[in-house]
Amino acid sequence: MSTRESILAAVLKNQPPASPLPDLSFLKGNRQNLVSTYQAVFTSIGGNVFVVDDLAAVNARLLENFDPTKRLVTTLPDLGEPFEVLSKMANPRTFNDVELAVIEAQLAVAENGAVWLPEHRMGQRIIPYICQHLAVVVRAETIVPTLHEAYAQIGPGDYGFGAFIGGPSKTADIEQALVMGAHGPITMTVFILQ
Amino acid sequence: MEKATKDHAALAEAFNRDEEHVNWHDGALWWIRQKRDIAAKNIPEWEQLRETASRIKSNVLANLHDYLLEFEANLTKNGVTVHWAADAEEHNRIVYSILKAKEITQMIKSKSMLTEECHLNEYLIERGIDVINSDLGEYIQQLDNEPPSHIVLPCIHKRKEEIGEIFHEHLGTEKGVSDPTTLTRFARWHLRDAFISRRAALTGVNFAVAETGEYVVCTNEGNADMGAHLSDIQIASMGIEKIIPKKEHLGVFLRLLARSATGQPITIYSSHFKKPRPGQEMHLVLVDLGRSRQLGRPDFRDSLKCIKCGACMNTCPVYRKSGGLSYHNTISGPIGAILAPNLDMKRHADLPFASTLCGSCSNVCPVKINIHDQLYQWRQVIVQEGYAANTKVLGMKAMAWTLSSPGSYSTIGRAGRWVLNNIPFAVNNKFNPWYKQREMPDGPKESFGEWYAKNQGDNGSEKV
Ligand code: SF4
Repeated sequence: MSTRESILAAVLKNQPPASPLPDLSFLKGNRQNLVSTYQAVFTSIGGNVFVVDDLAAVNARLLENFDPTKRLVTTLPDLGEPFEVLSKMANPRTFNDVELAVIEAQLAVAENGAVWLPEHRMGQRIIPYICQHLAVVVRAETIVPTLHEAYAQIGPGDYGFGAFIGGPSKTADIEQALVMGAHGPITMTVFILQ
Repeated sequence: MEKATKDHAALAEAFNRDEEHVNWHDGALWWIRQKRDIAAKNIPEWEQLRETASRIKSNVLANLHDYLLEFEANLTKNGVTVHWAADAEEHNRIVYSILKAKEITQMIKSKSMLTEECHLNEYLIERGIDVINSDLGEYIQQLDNEPPSHIVLPCIHKRKEEIGEIFHEHLGTEKGVSDPTTLTRFARWHLRDAFISRRAALTGVNFAVAETGEYVVCTNEGNADMGAHLSDIQIASMGIEKIIPKKEHLGVFLRLLARSATGQPITIYSSHFKKPRPGQEMHLVLVDLGRSRQLGRPDFRDSLKCIKCGACMNTCPVYRKSGGLSYHNTISGPIGAILAPNLDMKRHADLPFASTLCGSCSNVCPVKINIHDQLYQWRQVIVQEGYAANTKVLGMKAMAWTLSSPGSYSTIGRAGRWVLNNIPFAVNNKFNPWYKQREMPDGPKESFGEWYAKNQGDNGSEKV
């Protein structure tokens, strides 16, 4: 008998009698004040949030804080100069010098501050992790109360990779002291487009 | 690496020699427990969420055979190669053969308790393959040649000065530097090179969705993603109990996991891996390693519901005062103590006794495992099988005899109270292990039985 068959046989023999799946329909969040809840939660995680009218405002705000001579990349052609529209074909290792990446989320979750990014929104899978700083554009109407509504919208999804990202990379492994920028971005900024 | 020569009590005693250190450890973990409480109270339906999670896991255990088949079929459809391993040796052999086929000699790994259980690093290093643990806490433990002491906080037992010294010795940082931000930045810079240059990456798995064939990996550092998305060969290792039926169930588990673990609303990164990148290879190893046997133990199978949040460790008075390494098992703390005897009852016979049975673990567990009941039940099994240490057997036999005969119970109780009040050193001596690190209370003047007899009439009515 192969290992696969013997594991499956042991599991079948030992598994307990049937136990039905619970109903999840009671799990619903509050649809009130989604933008302000999101802002409060994301700020408490250590992220920055701005409510803006358009991509021009995003561009202006970012250029106040980032050096345009460094490598600034985006998946959003409308963000304008000096942002480089990133190539989907390039070797992922070539993004190691990216200072700032600007991408757009499919949705965001008010209760935990996370944004949902299927891979086509990332440009390349590595982008939101390898950059030194991450900025994510979220349309106000895509903010949902909890993960339950988020998964209902995402559905099966046709992505090969997708992620919730809820703040800058962090660690507290040394004496529980919080340090931003463990391996991924040191800062994360969300722009809520309304 | 696991030291089987000393039992929990002896290792805990060694940990307790540095009182200030123990107090720090105790306080740090209690602080995390308090953050968990605040996060839980922010969710009005928290208790219903726990109940729902527990029931989803009951369904998983009852249908694991079919869910494994469904998961496997979907993985294959998604272009992921599936492997099955009965034990640690087979798991390690599979990982090695994947690397060998590509002539890869360096791998980067994110946190995976399963590969710690399998001693994968040692196996690969012996065969000429260099492995780096990229989670900062695990990286520190690897440099110091120690296993992790906590499943979420691998080096919680170390002070920053010790870590500074380890960095100085192994990485050449300046002597005396112990600032957490400086040390973290140094590790970031050092490991960046490893991420960029290594062609193979291995991750653990938090949740595996049967319905879609995707698996979710949760980290705060982003290290699993840095490894996976830069690799040519991506490997994931998971225990067969990590399956969940449907994608919508992720909403339940992700709301519970980080809040229970550290009090965060969600881990920074919750990555859903489904298909390889163009040009990349993805492998997934399904590992049994005692899980199917535990599934067949009705009293203990619920331990397989564990989502490895670490809350039961943070809350446990014994864990906080004895440190994770004193459990001499990859998974420490209360959950480790109910998982380990299944793997090797003789070697881990001491662990179910390393508990006060206060029940705090069961109260915080997000999937409602009856941990403290299982600790108690393991004690029965271990004594029956003849593996308990002699002092424990005598104590338990005396206890059983006392409890089964009310006459001796009251006589011994009276004698015990007399001893406590008149010659306390007879209890407080080095032959009584319970007395170590404990202050014995003053003995009550009379037992409840005596008080009751004095205050009740013969007919049981209250005296006034
Ligand atoms: S047993 Fe429960 S509390 Fe302990 S680590 Fe597992 S899920 Fe968390």
